[in-house]
Order: sequence, then C-alpha cells, then structure tokens
Amino acid sequence: MAINSEVLVIGGGLAGLTSALKAAREGSDVRLVSYKQSSLRHASGLVDLLGYTPDGAGPITDPYAAMSDLHDAHPYQTVGTETVREAMDLFDDVTDYRGGHTETNALVPTHGGTIKPTARYPTGAAAGLASDDRDVLLVGLESMVDFDAPHAAAHLAAAGVPFDVRGETIRFPGDLQADAKITRYAKLLDTNGEIAVRGRKKGARDALAERINTVREKEPRVGFPAILGDDHTDAVRASLEEKIGADVFEVPMGPPSLPGLRLEDRLFEALDDSGASFETGNPVVDFDADGDTIETVYIEKNGARIPNSADQYVLATGGLVGKGIESDRESVHEPIFDCHIEHGEDRYDWFDRDAFGDHPFARFGVETDESLRPLTGSDSVEFENLRAAGSVLGGYDFQAEKSGSGVSIATGYVAGENAAAEAQ
Amino acid sequence: MSDAETPTEFDPVEPNTGHEFEPVDVFPDSNDFDLRPGADSCFKCSVCDTNCPVAEVDDDFPGPKFQGPEQWRLKQTDEDYEIDDTVMSCSNCMRCDNACPSGVPLSQMHNTARGEYVENQMDKFSIEYVRNRILSNYRTSATIASKVPRLANWGMNFGPARWLMEKTLGVTKEREFPEFATQTFREWWAERGGADASRRNAQQRREELGLDRNADKKVAYFHGCYSNFNSTDVGKAMVRVFEHYGYEVVAPDQKCSGTPMFANGMLEDARRHAEVNVSSMSDLVDQGYDAIASCTSCSMALRQEYPELFDIEGIEKVASNTFESLEYLRIHEDIKADIQETEVSGELADEFAYHAPCHARNQGLERQSVELFRDLDGAGIEDVGESCSGISGTYGWKQEKYEKSMEIGEEMFEHMEHAEGEVGMTECPTCASQMEHGTGYEIRHPLELLEAALVS
Repeated sequence: MAINSEVLVIGGGLAGLTSALKAAREGSDVRLVSYKQSSLRHASGLVDLLGYTPDGAGPITDPYAAMSDLHDAHPYQTVGTETVREAMDLFDDVTDYRGGHTETNALVPTHGGTIKPTARYPTGAAAGLASDDRDVLLVGLESMVDFDAPHAAAHLAAAGVPFDVRGETIRFPGDLQADAKITRYAKLLDTNGEIAVRGRKKGARDALAERINTVREKEPRVGFPAILGDDHTDAVRASLEEKIGADVFEVPMGPPSLPGLRLEDRLFEALDDSGASFETGNPVVDFDADGDTIETVYIEKNGARIPNSADQYVLATGGLVGKGIESDRESVHEPIFDCHIEHGEDRYDWFDRDAFGDHPFARFGVETDESLRPLTGSDSVEFENLRAAGSVLGGYDFQAEKSGSGVSIATGYVAGENAAAEAQ
Repeated sequence: MSDAETPTEFDPVEPNTGHEFEPVDVFPDSNDFDLRPGADSCFKCSVCDTNCPVAEVDDDFPGPKFQGPEQWRLKQTDEDYEIDDTVMSCSNCMRCDNACPSGVPLSQMHNTARGEYVENQMDKFSIEYVRNRILSNYRTSATIASKVPRLANWGMNFGPARWLMEKTLGVTKEREFPEFATQTFREWWAERGGADASRRNAQQRREELGLDRNADKKVAYFHGCYSNFNSTDVGKAMVRVFEHYGYEVVAPDQKCSGTPMFANGMLEDARRHAEVNVSSMSDLVDQGYDAIASCTSCSMALRQEYPELFDIEGIEKVASNTFESLEYLRIHEDIKADIQETEVSGELADEFAYHAPCHARNQGLERQSVELFRDLDGAGIEDVGESCSGISGTYGWKQEKYEKSMEIGEEMFEHMEHAEGEVGMTECPTCASQMEHGTGYEIRHPLELLEAALVS
C-alpha cells in the first residue's frame, strides 16, 4: 500500500504551490510533498515576470511584450505569453498582491537602494514605489545591519528617483537584544506588545511611532525594513500610519523575509481551501517505475521509506540553490529521477571567469517538451507521467533576467493543468 | 562535499599530483558524532531563527542558529569556550530542523550542547538541576503516583503543596497536574489478556475482513508514559483501532522515550531509558513487528533523537521501523476511504479545534488529522494554525518560563477560541495540557475519534 493521490507535486516553493493549486482547482485529488518548509521565506516577496533581457538590457517596461523576443528554449516560450497571463490571474485571485491592474512593471526600491522592476508587489510595499513623486523617509534600525537607511537613500538619490529621499537610523524601542530576530519585531508589532521605554510601559506600535515622529520632517511617506508584523501586517501598517500621519511602506529584505513568509502562508491557505493535502519535513529519495511510467516515489524519514503513489507527478524541487539540481566535480544531475541535464564535460566550462559574467551554470536545468515533460539527452520523454516546473527547468537565468517568480508561476500552472488533465 | 573530506580529488592546478596525501586532522577532539559537515552546511540564511517560538518572545535567547552551528564552531576554536547558558532556554521543539534548507542537524547540535552544559557546567546541587531532573524523570514520579492515584490527584493539586513546590523547586503553581488514571494502561492490558488476547481478536477480525487468519500483521505499541499513567483512553483506542484492521498488538517492556530528558540535557538518564526501549523494540522488529507510537514526541525520539545521540545496537533498525499510529494506517490501510464511508455519532460527534504538535511537524504529520477527519461525517475539524503551544513538555512547568510559555501559546489559544469547536484535539499530551490550561476545553486524541468512527 501507499499514500495515494491523483497528482503528486514534489516541492513546496512558488512553482510547486501554483502547480498543486491549479491541479486541485481542475478537480484533481492533489498531494504536495516538500523536503523542507517552503523556499518562499528566502524570497523577497516580490513577484517578477521579466525585468531585464537575457543580454542585460532594461529595465523592461512591458514584460509580456519582451517575452516573444526570448530564445526558443526559454520556459516562457514553451508555455506561451497568453498562458503566463492566465497563470498570473490565478496568482492574483489567491493573493492580495498589487500590480495586476497593468501589464507594465512597477519599480520597487530594494534594501540596497536599487530599483527593481517587478510585476507584482505586496500591499505593504505599495506606498514605496519609485514612480511616485512624493518625498520619502527611509528608517533603518541600529540593530538591523542588512538595511542601512542613509546608504539606501543616497543610492536611490544617485539613481535619479523623482523625489527627495532621506535615511535615518533609529534604535527600536525596548530592550531587545542586538540581533533580535525579524519574528521578534513582528510579534511585538502584531500584538502591540508592551515594551519599556525609559521606565514607562508602552505598546510597541506607539513607541515606534513616537521615535519616527522625532526624526520625520515633512515626508509624506516612510519606509521601514520588512518587519511590520506577520499575521496582522495590514493592521500594524494602518496603526503606524495613523500615529505618524504619513503613508507607511515596507522595503523588501533578504532572507529570512517576512513578505516571503506571508506569501507562503497565503498560498498554503489557498491550497488547503482547494482541498489538496500536503506535508513537509522529509525528502523524496527514490522511485519505482514501470518502463517510462513512474509508479511510486519514496519519502525517507530517518531510514523508513514512506511510499506515495499517484497517476501524475510534478517535479518542482528548485534549482542549484534549492537543491533540485545537484552538482559535483564530474557532473550536474537531477537527484530524484536522474532527469537529463545538459552540461559541458569540463567543469571549467560551466562558469564565466567574470563574477558578473554570463554563467552557463545559471541556465542549467531540465529541458522539456511543450507539455513540460523532461526530455532525455536524445529528446525522448523521460517519463510519460512526469512534468517539471520552476527553477529545476533549464534555459533561463532568473537572477539576471529577474524572471524567477514568473517562470515558477507560469510553468507551475501549466504543469498542474496538464497533470490534472491526464489524471482525469 | 568539502575539499577537506576528499582532498585527493582537488586539483585546480594539480598541486597534489603524484604525492601521497596526508589529511590534516583539523579537530582532533571531535564528538562521538561528527557535527562538522552539518556546521559547514550552514550558510547563515537565518531561516531557522524565524521558526523559533522562543526567540519570538524571549529577549535573552539568541536563537537556533547561534545555539547550533555558531556555538559548535566557537567550541572548536577556543579550548576554554563554555557553552552559553541560554542553551537551557531552548525548549527542544525542533522546529528549526524543518526550516533548514541545507539539512543542518540543528536539534542534534542543541541536544549535544545542552548535554555538555549540564554535565560540565551545571551545579549538580543547584535547585535548577534538581528541579529539571525531577521534571524530566516524569516516569519515576508517575510510577509512584499511579500506585495511589486518588491521593496523588488530590495532593498534586493541593494549593499549599504547590505553593511550596514553586518556592522551593521553581515548579510553577499556575498549572494543574495531569490526572492519574485509577487503572494504568498496562494494568488494563494485562487484565484484558495481553498479547494472547490481542492475537485472538486480530485473527477473528482478519476472518471478518476476508484476510488470511494468520496474516503477518503485527505491531509493537510504544505507549509512552502518558498513555500508560494518564490518558489511558488513547492507549485503549490504539489497541482497538489496530485490532479492527487485523493487527495483533504487543506492549513490550518500555521506559520513558527520553523526550523530557533531552530537553533538560539529562542525556545519561535518557540513554538508560533508550537502552531498554531499543533492546525490546529491536528484538520485535527482528520478528517482523513495526513499532507504533501514539505520542508524536515518543515517535520523534525513537526515530530521530535516538540515532542522532546514542550508539546502541539496533538503534537504526528501531528508528527506521517506528511510525506514528495514524501515519502507519495511512500507509498500510485505505483509512481515507474508510473514514469517508462512515459516520461518527455519540460523544465524539463534535467540532474539534486541532493543534499540530511541533514534534509532529518534522515527521511530516502536521496535516494528517485535519486531512483525514475533514471527510468524516458527524464531526468537524479545524486547524488552529502553526503556532507552537508553548509548553514544550517541561519548559512551561518551570516557574521562570511559565509566562513565556503562555505568551507563545497565546496565538493558539486565540485561534482555538475563534474555531467553531469547543473541544480540542492533538497528538501530544503536554500540548493537550497547555490547550486545556489556556482555554478550558477538553482535549482528545485523533485515535479516540478514529475509534469512535470505525470501531463500534
């Protein structure tokens, strides 16, 4: 016996979640398994479609228009621009993200003070857009070295943003330790927990707003590092806006990231509502196949092998960082099904000598047919009931193009749709 | 794989060609278990810290990344390095393990560091040590109490006695001690006829199910302390449900799983108990039995902490053949279909507010009750969210931790109160006591609902 479903999705990132959600909405009995918690908590929480061309030209204004110029092996070309639009509709349907009102990219300031072209952004980042000409005050925290507000402000000014921007560093009120976790700030603000300021107890939101009021001049909007609450972020923002008398926004941060965490929670909630089942914590390590049909995959738990069977499988295990693709000194491989990954024989051909050069490894991944089934080295299908989605796919460099989220959503959508259609 | 491990393969400019390579022993006084690869795998993304329920409320706790890989490295480079005493504030919820994208064995590092701290740095005559030793040896107190359950139930919740315990030992007086059953599970089991009776029941049931009367369906029940001394209905439900599916059950000799001892750094106590458990379970595994636990912390200990901390013969075999009760049935029986077809009535036809224990999460079990019971007619189940309950076994019993424990639990209490049901459900007995303490709800185990739904 085994734990059964019609569609089994392996991987709990954006691609796996979209895939499972789409398949479940198509009426399939879906199960998602993920080795660890979703990689979304490593992500900024911004959802990019295409920010730059593969040659580095950009920022791109209209990502959809630019997709048709991509080379044929790019995942966007495999699924087609129209399908990317449909997939984004699904994303918009299950989240409260902004940016869906237009096809053009928004420009969002990052914690390094650069401007990122992105297709969707969390509500909490909305007041911070660089296309808005209202002046900005960025507020950093002494203890949070990842975000140096004066530095980010200077960087933004140098980039020529159409507003005045100033950075101030404050100490977060209360006696927090020097390396307090982002969840500590979020919890205090979520609950408006009491903290002591000069011997007097105050709610965390009130105490923080008071500090801002001592450094704010007339700026109509104030940007914070993304620590403004977890479960109740909208309430935290609204409450600070009221107390400060200005719009408040969050600047997306590096990992670990609260906007990423919130997106993860939202998507799992949507998956739960769709009736799918899921589990995290243990890896898929092995499988049984009959010819080119996968019959069962095995999840390992401390030496026990838990069989999971399905009619259709989706591989959404991530790329080199997510460990959906592994490499050693001899080769690059996909560890679960050993799907073919094209790479040069000499590992010195895998990268460019220039650190910011055009690295072949960035495009390593499985190649697929039109239905996203991974292909062998001789272009036949690896398994008739396996599809791949997200950064396990090859043929694109998401870091350089700023296309990671969009490719994950679009290919996840298609893999889920096709898997569901086959399963029924 | 690092270059240090396979140095002979490292040849960017071929410096070693033709030479015999002698690896340098970088850390000669290594631990019993080599934690170096784990520490090296940490790339400091700090995602583990976002999973830590203690770091979210405790301004003196530096979080799992420090307690694990960072502290381990400090220990290697400085001979006089002493383990930071904040390691005692880690509640051993083990959530950090599930967060790490690089497979760093965080909880193993915490357990090892805590054990070292207690052994080398903690004053054995301190009140804290004595208190922790008493709390972690719950089985010993429970064994004595269960001889005189009524007296114990009265005495343990007698106000002045509890006041004295808080003042002298630092055991909070805010909590109610769990009630001891007047008949332990093992007494019930023996009176019922033990393994022989279970075999007869299973054989009869197999015939009813159209299976081979002598089918090879047998499990060894690791009931743990709580199902034996306190919530004996859970143990009874386990036996009846497994027999219902044609399994013969044995209840081998066993001691505490060690969970409270790990959390208090009492590794020698834990080892003594583990030796008994591994010995009796590994014999049974050799005879074709699988080990089944109904408490997710017990199954976690047998599966993960034992092989990570102890080197006992048969330990890997026991770990790889241990399962949580519902998990086992999900793998081997079509329990999903059975639940969809049946209906529950009577006392357990109710709405449940379900909390997934932290220790269920790493085993990938946090969703199974919700996903199974949402298809059950006559009952409803709602997940009350991913927050830790805050008690973490003995953590919430410590006077100095009580308030933090309740602060961690606040989110769960709120969600429970918002949930439709006014009965709680969880697999973990100490989470259950926290849920009850925070909301006043009665708390049931999934096996009890399963019994009511399937066996009647």
